[in-house]
Amino acid sequence: MEKYEIVSKRKLNETVAEMVVYAPMVARHAKPGQFIILRSHDDAERIPLTIADYDREKGTVSIIYQIVGCGTMRLDTLKEGEKLADFAGPLGKPSEVEGIKKVAVVGGGVGCAIAYPVAKELHNLGAEVHMIAGFRSKDIVILEDEMRAASSKFILMSDDGTVGKKGLVTNALKELLDAGEKYDEVIAIGPMPMMKFVCLLTKEYGVKTIVSMNPVMVDGTGMCGGCRLTVGGETKFACVDGPEFDGHLVDFDEAMTRSRMYRDFEAKEKEHECNLLKAKEAE
Amino acid sequence: MAKFNMQLEKNPMPSQDPEVRKRNFEEVALGYSEETAVNEAMRCLECKNPKCVSGCPVGINIPGFIKKIKERDYDGAYDVISESSLLPAICGRVCPQESQCEKHCVRGVKGDPVGIGRLERFAADLRMSKNVPVSKPETKNGKKIAVVGSGPAGLSCAGVLAKKGYDVTIFEALHVAGGVLMYGIPQFRLPKEIVQREISNLKELGVDIETNHIIGKTYTIDDLKSDGYDAIFIGSGAGLPRFMNIPGENLMGVYSANEFLTRINLMKAYKDDSHTPVMKGRNVAVVGGGNVAMDAARSAMRLGAENVYIIYRRSEAELPARAEEVEHAKEEGIIFKTLNNPVEILGDENGFVKGVKCIEMELGEPDESGRRRPVAKPGSEHVVDMDCVVMSIGTTPNPLIASTTKGLEVNKRGCIVVDEDTCHTSRDTVYAGGDAVSGAATVILAMGAGKKAAESIDKLLSK
Repeated sequence: MEKYEIVSKRKLNETVAEMVVYAPMVARHAKPGQFIILRSHDDAERIPLTIADYDREKGTVSIIYQIVGCGTMRLDTLKEGEKLADFAGPLGKPSEVEGIKKVAVVGGGVGCAIAYPVAKELHNLGAEVHMIAGFRSKDIVILEDEMRAASSKFILMSDDGTVGKKGLVTNALKELLDAGEKYDEVIAIGPMPMMKFVCLLTKEYGVKTIVSMNPVMVDGTGMCGGCRLTVGGETKFACVDGPEFDGHLVDFDEAMTRSRMYRDFEAKEKEHECNLLKAKEAE
Repeated sequence: MAKFNMQLEKNPMPSQDPEVRKRNFEEVALGYSEETAVNEAMRCLECKNPKCVSGCPVGINIPGFIKKIKERDYDGAYDVISESSLLPAICGRVCPQESQCEKHCVRGVKGDPVGIGRLERFAADLRMSKNVPVSKPETKNGKKIAVVGSGPAGLSCAGVLAKKGYDVTIFEALHVAGGVLMYGIPQFRLPKEIVQREISNLKELGVDIETNHIIGKTYTIDDLKSDGYDAIFIGSGAGLPRFMNIPGENLMGVYSANEFLTRINLMKAYKDDSHTPVMKGRNVAVVGGGNVAMDAARSAMRLGAENVYIIYRRSEAELPARAEEVEHAKEEGIIFKTLNNPVEILGDENGFVKGVKCIEMELGEPDESGRRRPVAKPGSEHVVDMDCVVMSIGTTPNPLIASTTKGLEVNKRGCIVVDEDTCHTSRDTVYAGGDAVSGAATVILAMGAGKKAAESIDKLLSK
């Protein structure tokens, strides 16, 4: 098999898919919580994606992506057996899992793809894992069986009540905390507003909370500084100092603002790419 | 015909007109024609004791190659340069000749020094245009070398060792080889085709290049040792950007020079069909006075800015950039706001940059660098409208390797400590050179260090 070849690809919902990529050099040291940077084609943008799973023996690394813009649309055009242009990693620091006996893992939307491997790792290490997964609606639920298998308590939430309980992940987490559950740590991974509100809640209860940040970046090795965040009043680079941080110290408002830097460009790109792909399909 | 050309002025470099070039990314300097090159070469007096050579970090036989140009033996000239330098087409373009070889040229006492850099470029470009195949080593010695980083230090180390018959593998973190030559120095100063041609020559010599390998992450130095590399050279550069730590630095529209230039050079954000965005500011401030600051300012102008400012805290005399870059920047309309320092970056209600608050400076007593220390003038704060700010105040070595290699000694600035004569680090069979050792410096110094390390490695392994 050639490096960066797509070993398998499966659709998890309408806009989310998983790819297993042959990259033994990345699998060799990959750990949960770390990420890779890929380029789908020779002229494509560098896209950072969290490692969803890996198999050192087979030399494969799994990634889960949501089609949000031009870059992920082009990535999604690649099929099993085709090759990515580039696949580099593992980058960032691994999740700190040592010494955790009881944990609540909170995933939101496609963030569950990143929360799940962390939950699995902790579960395998013998920790008691409570998993809360939130989705907008029933039709976008991903990895339900996997998350259930990696936790002793699994709570599924949906915004519209079409699956699981109706409500936000913070409602479920609050119920657990009010019921007297004592966690060594809460790990929250999902959209930034979700992580922000989980952190506001856990701060009240005094429970340490780890979040995984996914800002705009170029190289992923500390070179550009585009991914900088304010954490505890200090500037940190998500790529080398993170991507996981103490959520009670992260300046989410700044991070949310910064994530909108290229919004106009991205909207234009997406429209352009959509048209190109449509034209190709019509051929 | 007189033996020497006693014309006082250096033959001018044919260049794109400033008004045209400031809006395109094509190369600024077009290179000497054959006749101009020969005419310039005739200005060299062939000193018995040539001072220029002592100013060259890699010791090129300068009067030797210039003499070949006089004789119109251009391949001969290239061969003389090649004895000492691996990347002449690059060095001819980016070396700070005025503070190296040309500084010592006897013709500079009265008039201009000989245009050594321009002649080097001429010989290298002419050779490249002929596609002469590289001469491969006759036998391989079976020894494996790992080179970390494919910038000027790594390329020259790899080249020297490959020529001696070693099996060399270069590990590069990014998806393209070339390091700062690709992501940092812009197309208009160093065309990327030239860098790639030098790299394909290395590949032809038998050097393997593994892109997408971040040493310190993908593999550690110890992995490389256990994978059977007989020696390792670290030329990972100084890639970590510094910021000023002033309020507003995380506003949208504030870049490190590394990010700004990487988006433009490596990711081609200046092209309309690029998939990587870059902010195209109308009023752009570049903070700093080095070559990188000039590159960033001139790139911002080429992206269509109306006003581009260099904000530098000392006076023009202290600008660390190459004289030619400063001159080119001025010709292109870059505004030099010297003796000024930003104290705050101001944002609008959406989080984008709208201005820079500066304070005026004056020069006081000399500091440890020997330059007069800039001192703020109280009450001189003022705001200049800006929508993009590029921080170009220096870089430090990336800690990824040092932090994952036990026993690798670094100093307090994060630079790898080496024996100056051999480039050997505190770890057995591990060598280092270039910006990873010196902190941010020049292409030619990195190349010199790569070459020196290669010679030490060869000495060690041929014992």
